[in-house]
Amino acid sequence: MSRRVNEERPGFPGALRALGGVGGHVGAPHVIDARSLTGKAARPDRHVPLVVVGAGPAGVAAAVEAARAGVEVLLVDEHPVDNDMMAMDVPLYFGGRMQPAVRNRSLMLERVVESNPALAAAAEAGVDVQVGTYVWAAFVPGPTFRELDGPLLGLADERRSWLVGYERLIVAAGARDVVLGFPGWERAGVMGAHAAAALLTRYRALAARRMVVLGSGEVGLRTAALAVKHGVEVAAIVEVADAVRGDDKAARALADAGVPILTSHTVREARGRTGEVESVVLVSVDGEAKPITGTEREIACDTVCLALGLAPSVELLALAGARLRFSSALGGWVPEIDGSMRTSAAGVFAAGDCAGVHGGRLGDADLARSQGRLAGLAAAESLGALRPAALSALRASAAVPAAAGAEVHGHWRAWLRSLIQAGGWDVNVCQCEEVTRRELVETRPPRYLAWDSAPMSARNLGTLLRDGPINQDQIKRLTRAGMGPCQSRRCREQVGLLLAEATATPVERIPLPTFRPPIRPLPLNVLWPADEPPAMREDWVSWFGIPTQFSPHWEAGMAIDEPTAHGRLIVSEE
Amino acid sequence: MSEPSGAAVVIIGGGVTGLSAGWWLARAGVDVLVLERGIVGWEASGRNGGGATHVYSPFGLEEQRLWPQMDDLLGYPTEYQPRRIGVALTEPQWALARRWAEIGEMRGFRWESLDRRQLKELVPIVGDNAIGGTYLHFGGHANPQRTVQAYAWALQDHGGRILQHTTVTGFTVRGGRVTAVETTRGPFGADTVVIAAGPQTGLFADMLGVALPLAPARVEMIATEPIPLMPTGGVAGNGLYGRQTLRGNLVYGGGPHEWVNVPDMAAPEHPNSPLVRNLARRLAELFPGAAHVRLIRSWGGVVENTPDGLPVIDRLSDPDNVVLATMSSVGFGLSPAAGRGISELVLHGRCLFADLAALALRRFADTPPDWRERAGWVVADARLAETR
Ligand SMILES: Cc1cc2nc3c(=O)[nH]c(=O)nc-3n(C[C@H](O)[C@H](O)[C@H](O)COP(=O)(O)OP(=O)(O)OC[C@H]3O[C@@H](n4cnc5c(N)ncnc54)[C@H](O)[C@@H]3O)c2cc1C
Repeated sequence: MSRRVNEERPGFPGALRALGGVGGHVGAPHVIDARSLTGKAARPDRHVPLVVVGAGPAGVAAAVEAARAGVEVLLVDEHPVDNDMMAMDVPLYFGGRMQPAVRNRSLMLERVVESNPALAAAAEAGVDVQVGTYVWAAFVPGPTFRELDGPLLGLADERRSWLVGYERLIVAAGARDVVLGFPGWERAGVMGAHAAAALLTRYRALAARRMVVLGSGEVGLRTAALAVKHGVEVAAIVEVADAVRGDDKAARALADAGVPILTSHTVREARGRTGEVESVVLVSVDGEAKPITGTEREIACDTVCLALGLAPSVELLALAGARLRFSSALGGWVPEIDGSMRTSAAGVFAAGDCAGVHGGRLGDADLARSQGRLAGLAAAESLGALRPAALSALRASAAVPAAAGAEVHGHWRAWLRSLIQAGGWDVNVCQCEEVTRRELVETRPPRYLAWDSAPMSARNLGTLLRDGPINQDQIKRLTRAGMGPCQSRRCREQVGLLLAEATATPVERIPLPTFRPPIRPLPLNVLWPADEPPAMREDWVSWFGIPTQFSPHWEAGMAIDEPTAHGRLIVSEE
Repeated sequence: MSEPSGAAVVIIGGGVTGLSAGWWLARAGVDVLVLERGIVGWEASGRNGGGATHVYSPFGLEEQRLWPQMDDLLGYPTEYQPRRIGVALTEPQWALARRWAEIGEMRGFRWESLDRRQLKELVPIVGDNAIGGTYLHFGGHANPQRTVQAYAWALQDHGGRILQHTTVTGFTVRGGRVTAVETTRGPFGADTVVIAAGPQTGLFADMLGVALPLAPARVEMIATEPIPLMPTGGVAGNGLYGRQTLRGNLVYGGGPHEWVNVPDMAAPEHPNSPLVRNLARRLAELFPGAAHVRLIRSWGGVVENTPDGLPVIDRLSDPDNVVLATMSSVGFGLSPAAGRGISELVLHGRCLFADLAALALRRFADTPPDWRERAGWVVADARLAETR
């Protein structure tokens, strides 16, 4: 394409009249708006046929299977994440319980790799394994984004970011802890079970000595057992239901090891004289999850571990264009997938916990592995690396066992009800933005606005409900709950549950709040591109660069031209 | 819920333009109904930079007069903050900043030139790459999402009605007048109709046999984690527009747009592109002291532009009870004034406080139908456009 610069200023509509004089349309020059994205769309730094995100059992199995079929595979995983990210509770709820050793990056790299022998096996199978690498976005062409030849992933380490193009993407991003707050949950030492497990097994850097575990389902029992095994004392397992929810045998083993399991209990408060947890106050609840006064007991501990359940990590899938559906038995919002782990987005697969997680599936690495293998095989086949016949034979061996979980949201709502009744309404639901439960249901503007007016006080969730169904994104905009640096990892589910509770709406009827890039909070000077195409710099304007757009109405024809704009049209002749 | 009924004035579109017009009408005691496809402010009106410094416009003086009163007039917070600072990293950037200031001066507003030292005192995160700037004792910025909701609530407080999740699909025209608008919830009778449907405004004009040249485009913004509040949040430059919010986030946009099509009444997608990285770079250049700050969000929005980039606010002659209202991609800041102007067009047939001749539709009478192609304002890949 040859480019010729038309020196004449366009200055609409004068320019249009001038252009109108160009005459015959057939063969009219092809005009490009120099200030538009045309010709400036980012190009990938690298292109890979298959990228697998997440190096847990599902992701590694997928990568290995595809590599064995002869596909070039890039496997990325963000662990070890750096200390600053951990301190923000990203990607997991670390709750400040990291040992100082996590600052030693090479040591952590060593430990993370060592703790996952499958990584070495994957590398041996020819997979390009990159750990300590964040995937912060997927960019996909669409009806309003055509200036992109193919889908891209944004990757980054702690120093720089780059773009990788893919033909197939397998997301095996795992799951995240569901978090519900109580008075004092801002203190260091309140953390999530998944984060505790990661710090115990992968980083070997959990700074906890005495832990109280909330939740007696599979997650709670496993976390308690893991903690005991690693020499962390478990002072109690707390369960709001009147019976242990997880496996009996596992519960008995813990009881035998001297771990008290307190059913029909909830948390009133986490206490401490400093910003750290020093004890937790528990209280018995009746059949309605209502606390029974006089039954409080204070238990000394430095860590309160939320092990109420898991939510699939679907943010990357959402950005990659996969349609999500609600399934309480699978932990909430999950991708729609077919028998080959294919999502609704072309070329995008999901495997492991991010495709749906529940108690029965937990710890069943075999299930995650079979899903990963299936996805890897299906991706390989779709790339032409496997014959369909070979696929069906292999698929039979990798078939996903049908595992149905129980619905979890009813249980989470019971926990939430008990916590509200025990801790009240003036408890933060969003820590980053300091929004309380009360402020959320009253749709109060943020406190820093110090706004009070009669009409504002008359508005709340109830009045909003009259105008249409509750929408979590709208509530976010009004109250700021979920707008902070942790990117709503600590409050997404509890805001949704609270909205459901306060408006008597089924949780699945509250639309999932949107995910936007970057899905990891990265510094400007990491995300920025090292170099830019010259056109990006030269033709950059703050707003369209239409010379008449900002010209004073009282001085016809006086144009405002941004300095970087050359006031020109680029004309090409082909 | 009782069956919703028509109104004296039916407004299509619950963005700032339609809501502000509706609010002014409701304040005047007019029976008004806003029909919105989704949730109020879900499009450009809730996705913009919040800038309110448009003194060049016929609505400019009224914009400047109204904003400081808006919180009180509406009864809800808009987060309006007065004054703007322009930062220049190069001589041409400084010339542009001064140009903006001088246009304000022509309208009787004050401004001062800032040297690097003064600039750094006011904006501690600017660096030694800044050569100077401007301090405008006029202009300002507000929170778009809060403002949209404030308009909507205030409109209701004055007895106006808003129907969300209601898509307008067409009109009933009788005797040279639109007698009703048709929607996914049935028809709504109207004495007067205001079309303030953003990019879709052109489709509606088309239905009435009126050519309104509009080209939609996708644009993007980024937001950082909060940093300590600066004395003046309205700081911009280096090809970026935006502000520091009262929470402390740096929220900025700018750079290349992508021309798109919105062929039907469905809500467009608002994806981000890798441009967020280039925005990050320009923001770090503008504020070297904030280069280490984390980006936590980005978003896209779709805006529409007329060929000269100026609004079309006009009352049609045929049918004679319709007002067209597109702000041509610069409609947030002007919305208090534009809404007032539109309400006067509805009530009096003309705007009483400003001369809107420059915004009349007839200036495009000679615009050729293929103007987008001629201007290069077309979607990137027509082939893709067809297959989607
Ligand atoms: C990223 C970005 C930054 C910007 N920065 C600034 C800035 O700093 N300052 C400034 O002044 N302006 C800015 N703008 C421009 C400004 O946001 C818009 O000009 C303004 O919001 C337009 O408002 P509107 O009500 O006319 O249109 P919209 O906000 O587009 O509202 C139109 C409404 O009509 C509804 N609608 C459409 N079709 C139908 C139908 N068939 N039936 C029912 N409803 C329908 C839509 O859902 C929508 O809510 C920016 C815009 C963007 C996207």
